[in-house]
Amino acid sequence: MGKQMRVIQAGLIEYTKALEVQKDLVRGVQAGGEDVLLLCEHPATLTLGRATRPQNILAPREELVRRGVAVAEADRGGDVTLHAPGQLVAYPVMDLKRRGRDLGAYLRKLEQASVDFLADFGIVAQGDDSRRGVWAGRAKIASIGIGVSRWVTYHGVGVNVTTDLTLFRLIRPCGLDVAMTSVKELTGRAPAMADAAEGFVQHFSRIFHDEDRSS
Amino acid sequence: MTKIVLPELGEGITQARVVRWNFREGQQVTPADDVVELVTDKAVFNVPAPASGAITRIYYKEGQEAPVGAVLADLA
Repeated sequence: MGKQMRVIQAGLIEYTKALEVQKDLVRGVQAGGEDVLLLCEHPATLTLGRATRPQNILAPREELVRRGVAVAEADRGGDVTLHAPGQLVAYPVMDLKRRGRDLGAYLRKLEQASVDFLADFGIVAQGDDSRRGVWAGRAKIASIGIGVSRWVTYHGVGVNVTTDLTLFRLIRPCGLDVAMTSVKELTGRAPAMADAAEGFVQHFSRIFHDEDRSS
Repeated sequence: MTKIVLPELGEGITQARVVRWNFREGQQVTPADDVVELVTDKAVFNVPAPASGAITRIYYKEGQEAPVGAVLADLA
């Protein structure tokens, strides 16, 4: 407990490249290395979680190509989702064996970090145990889907900061008929992504540090 | 006889669905092998073999829900 967490800010990085980086980090943490929080953005990419139903991709493939949207398989829970520049993506690679082997608690903390991050912008958001993800009113602002290998986490959360929300019309996000929103849409503010990432790190670290102190 | 068991996954998670068996009945596995992939509503994970041996029986097919604590397969 109380181990330091390493933070990597990777900037804009291809989804598949980020997945390779995560797999390397997972091996490092499984071998006893410190936990890592990888922050990045992806070029426009649809990712298909293990629970993806094909009908939740609404756009024909030609339209995806025309709009420059890549498609990638993802070994995470959940249905289809979309990543694009302006979405802050956080991939914690953490050893849950050091944290009570509790996936449910981990998911809730990941949600809480996102909720606290959004509160800095005056946005009242909350997690939803039945639907997961983070919601501002009836709109979804962040999506969560994780993978776990021998109790080490990968994948994570994508929070829409300045994401082009029209891209979500290409899919039925997470298999739900919901509106997606963003920090920019709700507040009119467009923070620099590096600053947004820094803010997220603060909240994430506090939530998981508090856990360390209480255990 | 060793059993491959779906472990406790923490607060609020009572079951998981089998996505994929990476091995079939009769095949040899070792503790280095992720034998079966499962999914909850937002998490994908693998269960490794607890010991080396041959899978003698698989109890939950791909697509089936298993409760935590369930025996997923026997090893001998």
